Amino acid sequence: MGANVLIVAEQRDGALRRTSREVMTAARGIADALGVEAHALLIGAPGVAGQAAELGRFGADRVKVIEADALGRYHPEGYTDALARALEGEGYAAVFFTASAQGKDLAPRIAARLDVPLATDATGLAVEDGAVVVTRPVYAGKAFAQVVLEATPCLVSLRPNVFPAEENPRAGTVETLEAPASEGAWRLEVRGVAKTAGEKLDVAEAPVVVSGGRGLRGPENWTLLEELCDAIGPRCALGASRAVVDAGWRPHAEQVGQTGKTVAPQLYIAVGISGAIQHLAGMRTAGTIVAINKDPDAPIFKVADYGIVGDAFEVVPRLAAEIRKLRES
Amino acid sequence: MKSVVCIKRVPDTETRIRIAGDGTSIETAGVKYVISPYDEFAIEAALRLKEARGEGEVAVVTVGDAAAGEQLRSALAMGADRAVLLKGETTMDGLATARALAAELGAAEADLILFGMKAVDDDQQQVGAMTAELLGLPCVTGVAKFEVQEGGVVCQREIEGGVEEVRAPLPAVVTVTKGEYEPRYPSLKGIMAAKRKPLEEKEAQLGASRIRVRALRYPPERPEGRIVGEGAEAVSELVRLLREEAKAL
Ligand SMILES: Cc1cc2nc3c(=O)[nH]c(=O)nc-3n(C[C@H](O)[C@H](O)[C@H](O)COP(=O)(O)OP(=O)(O)OC[C@H]3O[C@@H](n4cnc5c(N)ncnc54)[C@H](O)[C@@H]3O)c2cc1C
Ligand SMILES: Nc1ncnc2c1ncn2[C@@H]1O[C@H](COP(=O)(O)O)[C@@H](O)[C@H]1O
Repeated sequence: MGANVLIVAEQRDGALRRTSREVMTAARGIADALGVEAHALLIGAPGVAGQAAELGRFGADRVKVIEADALGRYHPEGYTDALARALEGEGYAAVFFTASAQGKDLAPRIAARLDVPLATDATGLAVEDGAVVVTRPVYAGKAFAQVVLEATPCLVSLRPNVFPAEENPRAGTVETLEAPASEGAWRLEVRGVAKTAGEKLDVAEAPVVVSGGRGLRGPENWTLLEELCDAIGPRCALGASRAVVDAGWRPHAEQVGQTGKTVAPQLYIAVGISGAIQHLAGMRTAGTIVAINKDPDAPIFKVADYGIVGDAFEVVPRLAAEIRKLRES
Repeated sequence: MKSVVCIKRVPDTETRIRIAGDGTSIETAGVKYVISPYDEFAIEAALRLKEARGEGEVAVVTVGDAAAGEQLRSALAMGADRAVLLKGETTMDGLATARALAAELGAAEADLILFGMKAVDDDQQQVGAMTAELLGLPCVTGVAKFEVQEGGVVCQREIEGGVEEVRAPLPAVVTVTKGEYEPRYPSLKGIMAAKRKPLEEKEAQLGASRIRVRALRYPPERPEGRIVGEGAEAVSELVRLLREEAKAL
């Protein structure tokens, strides 16, 4: 049998992140195509092993667990060492990450350490002639490259929301590994997190995004979008165009586009956004796109599946009310 | 305080990307090139640091062909003191680029090495952290704002739903995202001065590129959309379509 594949699972506050189910499902598919096992690595504070069952549910044959108090939260050096430990002695064919803040920080470090190339933010995976073929956006999604990594393990991070999560239960056998004893040697001091969005989802990971642009005229009018977002429910996050971020109406963390986040939600609702090329680059792979704009010639309508030509101040409250009614019925 | 900023020459973000005849690269004729926007934030951060301290040097380095000298001159015009062009062909394999940069930076004795969070052509978001690892230096990525204090750099790093504070001892590598550092435009004086600033050329010590691009394609065409209607009256129909046709609600 050939070499197995591994995913690096992500947890927050000890709970498996939703996106790790997607990565697990994708890895299961690749493992089946290669005829090998799919493993997961779970790093966290003592007790995190409790999440292994969920990884098993989404297709992990084996879950390697590294527990330590110092590893409760992501630490770049700590997690790089932990991942290096999990890779010792087992030659994996491929290692998959989430293209999240953690995955995008961790993957290049381990790539340099192992001396292998890395493909970031994949939107497609396939196996051809025993090799993993990766599809990934370039030029912020203005083109897609199909690439082959000519080294093993092949390291790939997967864009959130693109790969479906499907249950496919496997044993999920837990194997506990010793934590790397290098805490004293870490040079980075991670001091803590100031939450910007409360418990809200990040725009890059939310299944539904409501985005606002300059058409909303001022930051005070975001209550409109917040109400729409609330009506849709906890799966929804707010996004913004660069124009409103530059104006200081919204934080950069919400910016969608070439110099912001690239998002691929199931539903993207653009309100008062013209649809500049740099904005479209960040959201054109969304499942369904809705545009609300008072200018019928706005370029956003060229990528929208459904458009309403009209004043956001009239359309959005009605939309929020109807969606709320729908959810309550 | 010596800072080095690694910058990349990339197509302007306005560019309409056209795929070349070979099917694996882009048509470069007529494309306008710029410094990658995130690298401009990094240059701005380095310049402000030097200005605030009233001393120091800001060097800029790029791996690229001779034409990339243009972006180095732009960085010098913004206020950087010297530039290094590592001549070689870059590819999507960021590790090859990182090798060339590490070979140069290993001898540069910089206190702070700045990168953009990503280059907006290949969007690989990896060269900074890879270079740090090769150099054995601590590295903080995705930083919106940082301050140098007492032998260390305190960074505000953007993560999902929050901002994380991370301190790294100097020398360190920091990759910069959009935040505090809106880049300045070069002044006329700056542009004139840039012509006399040192720009050194060397061969890049690129490693082998091990990412093979098999094909480059346009994004899948989105099916023709439609205008559901005008004004608030169209909302009921939109909700129906979202629920029944798109199954998105
Ligand atoms: C290097 C570079 C990088 C960039 N990166 C990004 C990026 O990452 N993301 C990004 O978004 N942009 C980016 N831009 C900026 C981009 O070019 C546009 O300037 C920006 O997206 C415009 O934002 P907007 O659509 O909110 O504003 P506008 O273009 O001003 O559009 C406002 C829209 O609102 C509509 N409107 C007005 N009033 C109403 C109303 N009452 N009801 C409904 N509609 C109304 C108008 O018809 C118009 O279409 C970048 C630019 C550069 C040069
Ligand atoms: N050819 C290059 N020359 C110099 N710096 C580069 C080069 N390519 C990438 N970088 C730096 O690495 C950062 C991340 O690039 P990437 O990993 O390609 O997204 C960029 O923002 C630059 O700071």
